[in-house]
Amino acid sequence: MKRQGIRIERLSKRYGAGDTAFLALKDVNMHVAPGEVVGLIGPSGSGKSTLLKCLGAVIDPTSGRMTLDEQVIYDDGWKVRDLRALRRDRIGFVFQAPYLIPFLDATDNVALLPMLAGMPNDEARRRALELFTALDVQHRAKAMPSQLSGGEQQRVAIARGLVNRPPVILADEPTAPLDSQRAMAVIRILNDMARRLETAVIVVTHDEKIIPTFKRIYHIRDGVTHEEAGEGRGFE
Amino acid sequence: MISLAGRDILHAWGKFVFTGIGLGLLIGVTLTMAGVYRGMVDDGKVLLDNSGADLWVVQKDTLGPYAESSSVPDDLWRSIRAMPGVAQAANVTYLTMQVGRGDEDVRAMVVGVAAGGPGVPGWPPQLVAGRQITRGHYEAVADAAAGVRLGDVLKIRRNRYTVVGLTRRMVSSAGDPMVFIPLKDAQEAQFLKDNDAILMQRRRTEANPAFNRPAVPDLLDAVIASQTSNSHVNAVLVRLRPGFAPQEVADPIRLWLRLTVYDRAQMEGILVGKLIATSARQIGMFLVILALVSAAIVAFLIYTLTMDKIREIAVLKLIGTRNRTIASMILQQALVLGLIGFVVGKITATFAAPLFPKYVLLVPFDTAMGLLAVMAICVLSSVVAIRVALRVDPAQAIG
Repeated sequence: MKRQGIRIERLSKRYGAGDTAFLALKDVNMHVAPGEVVGLIGPSGSGKSTLLKCLGAVIDPTSGRMTLDEQVIYDDGWKVRDLRALRRDRIGFVFQAPYLIPFLDATDNVALLPMLAGMPNDEARRRALELFTALDVQHRAKAMPSQLSGGEQQRVAIARGLVNRPPVILADEPTAPLDSQRAMAVIRILNDMARRLETAVIVVTHDEKIIPTFKRIYHIRDGVTHEEAGEGRGFE
Repeated sequence: MISLAGRDILHAWGKFVFTGIGLGLLIGVTLTMAGVYRGMVDDGKVLLDNSGADLWVVQKDTLGPYAESSSVPDDLWRSIRAMPGVAQAANVTYLTMQVGRGDEDVRAMVVGVAAGGPGVPGWPPQLVAGRQITRGHYEAVADAAAGVRLGDVLKIRRNRYTVVGLTRRMVSSAGDPMVFIPLKDAQEAQFLKDNDAILMQRRRTEANPAFNRPAVPDLLDAVIASQTSNSHVNAVLVRLRPGFAPQEVADPIRLWLRLTVYDRAQMEGILVGKLIATSARQIGMFLVILALVSAAIVAFLIYTLTMDKIREIAVLKLIGTRNRTIASMILQQALVLGLIGFVVGKITATFAAPLFPKYVLLVPFDTAMGLLAVMAICVLSSVVAIRVALRVDPAQAIG
C-alpha cells in the first residue's frame, strides 16, 4: 500500500445529545504526509485529546472522513470493522509517560506488538533490537523498565510506537517529563524515524522548547483547527 | 507469543508465593478437614472389619451395639449358633469409658471378648506386639493409640489389667483406641455397681416380703444372686458359613429369636449415615466456609493485582491486545495462585495429618476433587477482576 499519510476531512465529534450536547470537534481538516512531523497545540479543553482519540481510532467521530494511506477508516458514520487490529498494526502511540509494561523487559515491551500481530517471537525481538540500535538503547535491551532512566524509557516507548512500522504515530506530550536536552533528543529521534520509515507523526504538546522545531503546526481552540507554518528549526 | 501472566508472576513472585502460602495453609486445613471425615468413615469400617463378623445380632428395635445401647442375654449365642448357615457366634460387649493408665486416664472402647481365642468374632485379628489374652481374667490387649506398652497396667473400674498384647488401627467409630478384656470382666465392668449400692439393694430386697419369705428360705439368696450377677451382653457377632447369604441367615434369626440383625452393609449405613452424620455435616459446613474464605482471598488478590495494572491494561488495549488475551492473563494468574496454594496445602496436610489425635485419612480422590474445587474457585474468583479489566477504556492511556 502506497504511503500517503493520514488525512481527515470535516471531522466532528459531539458528546451527549439534546440540550446537553457538546461539540468537541467542529469540521476539522488535517493532513500529515509520510515522513512529516507536525505539532498539535492548544490550551486545555480545546479538543486536543478528543482529536487524538479520533485519530487513534479510540473513539468514533460523529461525522467526517478519515483515511490512513489509501484505507478509509471513518466516513460519515461508517467505520472499519476491526479498530483494535487497526490500532495494533497501523497506528503507533507514544504517551506522555512511557507506560511500559513493568513485568516485561525493554525488548519484550517493544516486541509484544508484532507478537500480538502474529509475528514469531524471534523475529519480533530482532525487529525490536534493530530499533534499539537506531535509538541508541541497544545496551539496555534486557533491562526492566524500573531499571531504565526516564530518557531511556521514553526511547523504548518510541521504539514500541514504531515497531510495527505504522503509517502514523500519535505522540501525546512525549517530552513533558523530560528536561530540555532530552526533550530535544526525543523530537530529533521522532524526526529521524519519521523520515526513515516514512511515517506521519503528530505531536500533541504544550512544550515551548519543542514547538519551534515543527515545520507545520495545527492550532486547536474550541474544537476548531487552523494550520500555520512553523519555524522548523534544528532538523535540517 | 510470550506469556504475559507468566512474566507478571515472575516479576511479582514474592507477592504470589507468599499469598500462595497463606492460601495453601487454608487449603491444607480444608484437605485435613476432609481427611478427618474420611478418617471417621475409615474408623467405622475398621471397627466392622476387625470385629470379624458378618452379622450383628442386637436387641430388637435398636441400632446397637455401636450407635445405641443394646442388651441381649448372654446364653442366646447358643441358639444363634444352631441356626442354619452360622459358622461361629460369639458374645461381645462394648463400653466406651475412661481407662486408668498410671496417674492419667485415656478414653477407650473396652471390648469384652468371649473365650476362645483368635479367630472367634470380636477378637483382635492380629497383634503388633505381645500375645493374645490367655487367662480368663485381668489380661488386656490394647491398641497402641492408647499410649500403652506391654506390661503396663490399666485400671478399668475397680480392677487392674496387665497389657499382654498391642494392636494397631483397632479403634471405635469415634477414633478411641480399643482395649480387649475377657468377656466376664467386661460384663462386670459394664454392669457392676459399687459396694454401697449393692448393700442398699440387698437391704431393700430383704425388706420386700415377696422375696423374703420364711417358708421359702432360698428365694432371697437366689434373688440377690440374680441382682449382683450380670447375664447380658451388647451383641452376638455371627460369622457365616461359606455359600450363605447374610439375609438368608438373618431372616430366621429375626423371625424365631425376635431380635434385630444387621448385615455388614446395614451396619456401615448406621455408622456412616447415622453415627457420624452430624459430624459429617459439621465438617461439610467448615469446608463450605473455608472454600468461601479461599475464594474471597483469591478474588481479593487478583482484583488488587488487576487494579494495580489498570494503566498497563489500558495501554495493552490501546495497542491492540485482544480482550481474551487480557482475560487469559488474569485467569492464568488466578489459576497459578490456586496451584501454588494447592501444592502448599497438600504438603501441609500430608505432614500435619499424623499429628492429629484422630485418624486423618487423605485419599487421592479427595486430593483430585480438592484440586478441581480450587481451580473452579480461582476461575470464579477471577471473574470480577476480568470484568473490571475488560471495561477498561483504552482511551485512559491517552489521558
